[in-house]
Order: sequence, then structure tokens, then C-alpha cells
Amino acid sequence: MMKWVFAGLLFFSLVFGIINGDVAAVSDAALSEAANAVTLCLTLCAVICLWSGIMRVAQTSGLANLLAKAFKPVLVRLFKGINPNGKAIGFIVLNITANLLGLGNASTPFGIAAMRELEKEEGVLNPERATNNMVLFVVINTASLQLIPTTAAAIRLKHGSAAPMEILPVVWICSLAAVTVAVTIAKLLGSRGKRHCQTVKPADGGAK
Amino acid sequence: MRVSDFAVPVIFVFVLIFGLCKKTDVFSEFTHGVKEGLHTVYDVFPALFALVLSVGMFRASGGLALISALLSPVTDFLGFPGEVTPLVIMRPFSGSGSVAIFESVLGQTGADSFAGRVASVILGSSETTFYVIAVYFAATKVRKTRHALPAALAGDLTLFILSGLLVGLWFY
Repeated sequence: MMKWVFAGLLFFSLVFGIINGDVAAVSDAALSEAANAVTLCLTLCAVICLWSGIMRVAQTSGLANLLAKAFKPVLVRLFKGINPNGKAIGFIVLNITANLLGLGNASTPFGIAAMRELEKEEGVLNPERATNNMVLFVVINTASLQLIPTTAAAIRLKHGSAAPMEILPVVWICSLAAVTVAVTIAKLLGSRGKRHCQTVKPADGGAK
Repeated sequence: MRVSDFAVPVIFVFVLIFGLCKKTDVFSEFTHGVKEGLHTVYDVFPALFALVLSVGMFRASGGLALISALLSPVTDFLGFPGEVTPLVIMRPFSGSGSVAIFESVLGQTGADSFAGRVASVILGSSETTFYVIAVYFAATKVRKTRHALPAALAGDLTLFILSGLLVGLWFY
């Protein structure tokens, strides 16, 4: 898909450049934006290295695991009918902790492992159909749980923000609202599907 | 002095002291993490370069402004800054693409303007929705993703609408 975005943007920049009679600006932008891309990466490099360093310490010292332990009871309740001692919930907890800490490299492998384990635990009867817990887990991952928006802060600094982190409280409120709405809708739509075609597990039927 | 002034140094100190208490070699682990960070940047650089270049040229041609103008009846009604509209469109599809557009928006409006702050909040509190759904379900045999997409998009929509309102309430 990215090839269409890339080619499309370049194609239309020529078209609009001609329409607006300012092809020179588009031409100038080619070189200045290439230089800008390098500057941007250096700015991001600084912030990413800084946080990777700190978060690596949090991971190896066991702080991340401690956080994971604290979250587990909440998550066991959220994922209805999940085996509380199974592998799936273990990976879900690790994935969500990694997301909170902004460990992008770690969270995706944990997330994929969690999906595979959910499939083994719940998807045996109808492997082509996503289970409610799979949907819920993916939906949580489409919301941003990251506590410190490092990329946004780095680019704000590059553009001379007086306080790059001043957006923090608003980011937290917005993230929380978005994930709450997404989870609520996933739960509502999930329970509607259940009445029609849920095949197993009478134990968790009906609720919410 | 605000909460946001404390967040960063407090996290640094807390993590390092916790590490020392657990007898972790905090220096070598930190430098190890820096190395991993360098690899991350190395990996994203080519895509980011391509997108910053193409978004930058597209903006210079007047294309981004045109998209904002076309959707301005909706965004004006919501009190949403029009300059940020292209970011909202790109956000669910591509991470590098949204960083490129974010960079372009801040270049145009400044980081501490209303539009700059709204864009910052959006980039900081959303994810690449379509990409996440594709990658996670691709790991399984699932073909019917059921209500995953509508629920995820409802979350994104909530965020886009709230970002403008809350930035207005918080800063102005």
C-alpha cells in the first residue's frame, strides 16, 4: 500500500504544482525536504536512544515485570473467560506493559505471541472467526497506551516548543477516553454476536 | 511547575534507583538500550526519508492545504484546526507517514500554536490502527475480524474530536 501513497504524493505534487503555477517550489522542496528528513531522524535518534536506554534498565532490573504483575488481575477481569494461568494472558500482560513503557520493539512480538496463544485456547472450533478476546486485545493495541509520547515531544523540541512535554496531561486524557470507548464498543458488539452464533463456553455466556 | 515538568526526571531517577537496588549494572544496560535505539532509528530511516520527502513536496505544491480546505466545513464545525486534517487522514494507515505529516504541520504552524498542540496530542495518543489489525490477525488463521475495525475506529474518532476540545480547554 505504501507504494501508492509514495507515488501518489509525488504525482499529485507535480499536478498541483502545475495548477498553482509554482513548480519551482515543489522542485526546491525536493532537496530541502531531503535535508529535513535527515535532521528529523537525528532529532528522533536522540530521543529514541535516551528512552531505549532508560527502558532497557527498567526491563532488566525487573521493574517492567513488577508492573506486569500489578496489571494482571485487572486484565484477567477484562478478558472474560480467559484461563488466568494460561500462556495467552501472560503474553497479553507483557504486551500491554511494553506498550505503556513505549517499548515498541518488545510489544509487537509479545502481541503476536498472545494472538497465537488465544487462537490455541479459544479458536479451535472455528479458527477463521476472531473470538471476543482476540478482538478486544487487538482493539486495545490500536489505541495508544504509551505513557510518554517521545516522538511527538522530540519533534516539538525541534520546532522550538517552549515546553515539549506540556501536552502530557491532554495526551493521557485523550488516550484513556479513546481506549475506553474502543473497549466498550468491542464489548457491546461482542455480546451481540454471542447471542447469534456463540458455539461453546456456556460458563461466560450472556454477561456484558 | 507542572506535572509534565516532573514526569521525565522523576521517571529517570526512579528507574535508575530501582535498578541499583536490584543490583543491575545500570550503566551497561543503559548503553545497551542506546544501541538498540540506534538500530530502531536505522530501521525506520529509509521509510521516514521517503515520506518526509514526498509529504514535503506535496505540501509545497499546495496539496495539503487543498485537503484541509475540502474538509474545512466539517472541521470548522467541530472547532478542529484545518491544518491538522491531513494528519488525521494518514494516522490510521502509516506510522512514518504520520510522523512526516506531523513534522510538516509543526513547520507550518509552530509547536506551541493551537494546531501544533492538537497535532501533538493526536500523534501522542493514537496508533496505526489498520496496520495493527493487519499484523496481529495475520499471525492467526482468522479471516473474519468481526467488530475489531469498527470498535478501533470508534476509539480513533473519539480521540480526534476530543483532541481539539481538550487542547482548547487545557491551554486557552
